[in-house]
Amino acid sequence: MLPVTTSTTALTHPPIASHWRAPHLSPRFWPVFLRNLLVWRKLAIPSLVGNIAEPLIWLVAFGYGMGLLVGEVQVAGPDGAARAVPYILFLASGSICMSAMNAATFEALYSAFSRMHVQKTWDGIMNAPVTLDDVLLAEMLWAAFKSLFTVTAILGVMLALGISHSPKLLVAWPVLLLVGITFSCIALIFNALAQGYDFFTYYFTLFLTPMMFLSGVFFPREQLPQLVLWLSNALPLTHAVLLVRPLFLDQWPTDAWLHLAVLLGYTVAAFWVALAFTRRRFSR
Amino acid sequence: MPPLFQARHLTKRYGDATVVNDLSFHIAPGECLGLIGPNGAGKTTTIRMCLGQTTPDSGEITALGLEMPAQAQAIKAQLGVVSQMDTLDPDFTCAENLLVFGRYFGLPKAAVQARIPALLDFAALAHKAKAKPGELSGGMKRRLSLARALVNDPQLLLLDEPTTGLDPQARHLMWERLQQLLQQGKSILLTTHFMDEAERLCHRLLVIDHGRAIAEGQPRELIARHLEPEVVEVYGGAGSEAQALAHSPLAALANRVEVSGETVFFYTQDAKPLLAALADHPTLRTLHRPANLEDLFLKLTGRQIREEG
Repeated sequence: MLPVTTSTTALTHPPIASHWRAPHLSPRFWPVFLRNLLVWRKLAIPSLVGNIAEPLIWLVAFGYGMGLLVGEVQVAGPDGAARAVPYILFLASGSICMSAMNAATFEALYSAFSRMHVQKTWDGIMNAPVTLDDVLLAEMLWAAFKSLFTVTAILGVMLALGISHSPKLLVAWPVLLLVGITFSCIALIFNALAQGYDFFTYYFTLFLTPMMFLSGVFFPREQLPQLVLWLSNALPLTHAVLLVRPLFLDQWPTDAWLHLAVLLGYTVAAFWVALAFTRRRFSR
Repeated sequence: MPPLFQARHLTKRYGDATVVNDLSFHIAPGECLGLIGPNGAGKTTTIRMCLGQTTPDSGEITALGLEMPAQAQAIKAQLGVVSQMDTLDPDFTCAENLLVFGRYFGLPKAAVQARIPALLDFAALAHKAKAKPGELSGGMKRRLSLARALVNDPQLLLLDEPTTGLDPQARHLMWERLQQLLQQGKSILLTTHFMDEAERLCHRLLVIDHGRAIAEGQPRELIARHLEPEVVEVYGGAGSEAQALAHSPLAALANRVEVSGETVFFYTQDAKPLLAALADHPTLRTLHRPANLEDLFLKLTGRQIREEG
């Protein structure tokens, strides 16, 4: 048996636990998620219009307008052989990933920042037995949920327009949820660093906009210069498109596990970084 | 009875600055402890440590038999907090604010819903159940924050400046409610800048400055210990007539004289001779009153404005 030692004088704490310690997550995130759901339910219909109108306008204008000029695009199939695909289908399969990314990002930046910084909602929640880790998890899942909601609505319209009737779209749906999760985790890093809303403009113009053009959403990546292609290979949106596009074409994606692993890697790393930065923000 | 809450030898440093320096205090069951001090004295940091939001560099906090910050969540489950800034949800009605907050404690929806009418009643907001915080006055918002802090029926309440910014009516209503809670046997840790509030509500006061405790005791007892019982304030008159009195033979009639701006404060055991002498200066205005907590506070912490003030 180990000797039991009691200390009467050692009142000094060990060094403050690092902000980089592992996430400590619990089911207490759920009431926080529910809180966001409850607020959103009150504003769901107007926000739905805003969420899906813009991506659809892009799709219709570009898809049908540019589609007439472009005609068909060559996409490599699982057997390596190129296959001609109508531009609207090519664009739809890429832009749905972009919509998932944008919807998650907007929620995890502007809305989460409002709750965290402007309304001090997080401070109030943490006076109850809910940890910052659980609040961040709830915000992350909430942004992903909103992204999934947007994506579902757009998919519904795409089905109605007859752009794709691939039964594999059922598989695309959970993949797009993962895309939302990945990008809400990344956005929460910038949320943790922001001093005001202006900061988010940098993230959009310096990170998201270039990524949209380098990830094969609007045109095939194959035409990119080699150096840029390498960069493109490292972008999460690229892997999202490589997973989702074949599913729109009723094909199984090649190297699916690799692409999933990349998205998961981004997700875990980004959540960890976002949590560390957020802990640091709240410890001051 | 063992204390409900105990902080021992708390120290917190930010860089080279020691914000809280070897601070110890406790709260007995049913007691209201007032934490008072000028801006920057370390009150907010102390509260943050009590809530586990920041870890002390040394010292320890125990509450309800549990240790902070190791068991912070278990402590917070039994704690009610009203922070300095309202953190009410602007998109929810008063009733929804209470319901949603109750869920953070893991309370079943039905259990919270059953408590809502009584909580709104207590906050004098029964008629505002369906109003959103944006439609409420400052006093109503603070009372809703108080009701929200009571949703888990806590034994101990932490109230950080609960009446700052309220008009006298709203403040008196808040005081009445806090008195009711004390009568129900709840314990309160209260920070405030209002000395009349501290005197009225607190059984015991802890005066802190520069992160250290500089006085502790019951309000009346503290005043008796540190101050002369009577004060004569003298102001007005032509030029610096009042200030000149501080250096005149008349000053010898007081035990202590302080000058602040245009006003001279005479602290004395017996004001009668001083008041008689002041009758020779009809142009000056005088105010004769008993010494109060504000005099004590100013004596202990000085009259100069702090950087943060």
